Amino acid sequence: MNYTTHADLGGRDMPGAIVPEPEGEPFHATWEAHALALTLAMGGTGSWNIDISRSARETLPNYAQLSYYQIWLAALEKLMAERSQVLPDEVAAGRLLHPPQPVKRVLHATDVPAALAKGSATARPATAPARFTVGQRVRTRTGHVDHHTRLPGYAQGKVGTVEHLHGMHVFADAHAQGLGEQPQWLYTVFFDGQTLWGAGADARLNVSVDAWESYLEPAA
Amino acid sequence: MAEEHSHDDEQSDLGPMDLRVRALETVLTQKGYVDPAALDALIDTYQTKIGPRNGARVVARAWVDPAFRQWLLADATAAIASLGYSGRQGEHMVAVENTPSRHNLVVCTLCSCYPWPVLGLPPTWYKSAPYRSRVVKDPRGVLAEFGVQLPESTAIRVWDSTAEVRYLVIPQRPAGTEGWSEEQLAELVTRDSMIGTGLARTPEAA
Repeated sequence: MNYTTHADLGGRDMPGAIVPEPEGEPFHATWEAHALALTLAMGGTGSWNIDISRSARETLPNYAQLSYYQIWLAALEKLMAERSQVLPDEVAAGRLLHPPQPVKRVLHATDVPAALAKGSATARPATAPARFTVGQRVRTRTGHVDHHTRLPGYAQGKVGTVEHLHGMHVFADAHAQGLGEQPQWLYTVFFDGQTLWGAGADARLNVSVDAWESYLEPAA
Repeated sequence: MAEEHSHDDEQSDLGPMDLRVRALETVLTQKGYVDPAALDALIDTYQTKIGPRNGARVVARAWVDPAFRQWLLADATAAIASLGYSGRQGEHMVAVENTPSRHNLVVCTLCSCYPWPVLGLPPTWYKSAPYRSRVVKDPRGVLAEFGVQLPESTAIRVWDSTAEVRYLVIPQRPAGTEGWSEEQLAELVTRDSMIGTGLARTPEAA
């Protein structure tokens, strides 16, 4: 396996203007609204979880060339093709060519408000004591891992301070690989700007990430 | 139609994308995976029901009600749910308060995690590579692109939403709003002020 994400952008100085946008315009084309709805509705079939879905998006080879909802659509088509739910020839033809695969459930209109209001909480009952405490200095993991992970590159191998314990949460790394929830303690860890970006960085900047316990080691 | 599209610099693929999504929707419906009425309900929800006015009500309540503010800072998920906002992409909420000495900014450098129940769907810039790459390193430069300049003495905290915790910034209440109603105050609370790329509007600007 050779896992490559194209979405880990923090600190990379990507060119281009940041263009402010008015409120009340969630979609910029009709198809974007439908891409969102199809993605949420297919997510509602229980064929994959949100971490598998994020992993499918972030590993698209042409991630950087696609707009946000194009990324969503490409990942949706990839996930469905992997499960033989919809094959590329059907998308091209615009009609069913192969029999449907059974799905666990279908999201119906009457269930939409309740499903959205419920969401999918990731907190789980604590089954182990937390390894770290608020105020403790910790060092983040360094080096490439060959699967989906949530420790940004800019925050790898850095010393920071534990600020908050969030309880145990579904571990995204495992969940994205279809290995179950494997909950771990989740922490907010903050870093000095100069730790992340060097002595020339803003001395009054702190950046925090939310890090699962296995991303962290005690710092001397 | 084709002529219109040629003027659309970012969306010159609008036509093909429309056709592709329509094709996909047809196949998914024929296969029985999706209910077309559910698609309409999902779109309507994020177009008309769930958006940044929800968050503005949360902030305005925190400005006028000290007990609610305390609750929001201690347990944002519960405090926000008490106003009727909960669920998808806001299951675990944390509220962070701007003060004269500290300004908070929210980003998701890895994708585009965003507190949907209180802010709706994220704006394009929030999902863009320039914002995600730069705000963790040069937040003052990013703020300048939004026309915001903070005093040098103001510390900045950037919250990178790397797990399922979602952050809501409580902007500072503008001066000159003593005695304003919650409804009036909510009008001053912009979406960007709840991400940290803006400030609440002043009474003069409102």
